[in-house]
Amino acid sequence: MKTLTLADAVALIPDGASLMIGGFMAVGSPERVIDELVRQGRRDLTVIANDTAMPGVGIGKLVRARLVKKAIVSHIGLNPETQAQMIAGEMEVDLVPQGTLIERIRAGGFGLGGILTATGVGTVVAQGKQKVTVAGKDYLVEPALRADFALVNAFMADYLGNLAYVLTARNFNPVIAMAADTVIVEADNIVPVGLIAPDHVVTPAPLVDYIIAQS
Amino acid sequence: MDAQTVIARRIALELRDGMLVNLGIGIPTQVANYVPAGIRVFFQSENGLIGTGAPPEEGMHHRLLTDAGGRPVTALPGACTFDSAMSFGLIRGGHLDMTVLGGLQVDQSGHLANWMIPGKMVPGMGGAMDLASGAKRVVIAMQHSAKGKSKVVKACNLPLTSARPIDLLVTELAVIAFPDGKATLMETAPGVTVQQVVDATEALLVVPPQVPEMTL
Repeated sequence: MKTLTLADAVALIPDGASLMIGGFMAVGSPERVIDELVRQGRRDLTVIANDTAMPGVGIGKLVRARLVKKAIVSHIGLNPETQAQMIAGEMEVDLVPQGTLIERIRAGGFGLGGILTATGVGTVVAQGKQKVTVAGKDYLVEPALRADFALVNAFMADYLGNLAYVLTARNFNPVIAMAADTVIVEADNIVPVGLIAPDHVVTPAPLVDYIIAQS
Repeated sequence: MDAQTVIARRIALELRDGMLVNLGIGIPTQVANYVPAGIRVFFQSENGLIGTGAPPEEGMHHRLLTDAGGRPVTALPGACTFDSAMSFGLIRGGHLDMTVLGGLQVDQSGHLANWMIPGKMVPGMGGAMDLASGAKRVVIAMQHSAKGKSKVVKACNLPLTSARPIDLLVTELAVIAFPDGKATLMETAPGVTVQQVVDATEALLVVPPQVPEMTL
């Protein structure tokens, strides 16, 4: 396992990168990585995540610093700053139903070209999308999503990079860890190998590229 | 009893022992306060929890245990957690017995609009579209009118949440179901007449000869 300092890990990320970021209303988001992205001033980012959290919290920090060019998310209702930047044409926002979003990411990580889902059929979400009928039921064709980087927050990482999560902080994290070229993990606890029992490992170590060293 | 309490208490009577149920934000959340005695219901939060319990006591919250609105919750004995792909697999895959959602409009064929007001409110649909098209039973908790205008309309003019009709609408005035795709008055609220419901409703309502009163 390669361990990097926070600054070195974020230095891997260029301007214009696409980032999948874990978290649901900032619960389970890699806050230190987000703070460092702001400090280093990475620009023109494409953020793929469940939501943009609240103003100045979690992914909301990237929004406030105006570092996000495009957001592919399911919800921006609790972040008026995202809405304001969207309305002003400063940020492109692609709103995707939450179940469709996570399944497109899963498809991206599982080697599938996309998914068929009934969600969104007959709504504005269907506009411009291919529709197919399978066994008499209509589905939208939703393409797979991948990103340059997955920024994962885990509760525990062992020295090899096996990851475990707790409570509702799991959300998008193990799914994005499958769907990006480079996986960077911010763990709340770094523990000896074996402390996470094999049956409790959710993200296997070979998926993880870098763990951020504790400060 | 205020409007929200009437709605939440009436919807709680739809709960059955062993059901897996997802409650939306707002009035739907209150349904959990009125689970009938003697039954156990599994409440799902789509951020990855089955067994969602009431808010914790002061000082007992955990920053990594919240509901889908980001508010602290508790996890009941027997609770389990999972990722978002599993969570929406439960919703789309026919494993969720019932969802209770809020509404902006419901029309007379049972179509729901609840996620945006073009030009005014564009919060994103979150999980609403998956819930409205994937849950086995879709129940809407909605006040009958807003600013003097009926929210039970002939045809939704707000963007739809799903092309699939809902199963049941509960307002502070009435219970409305949609057999054969037609809004049908099933019950009136205590002290409310059939005529009062009809007058407060823009949609064309099928009114059976006998309409019982809600028993709360």
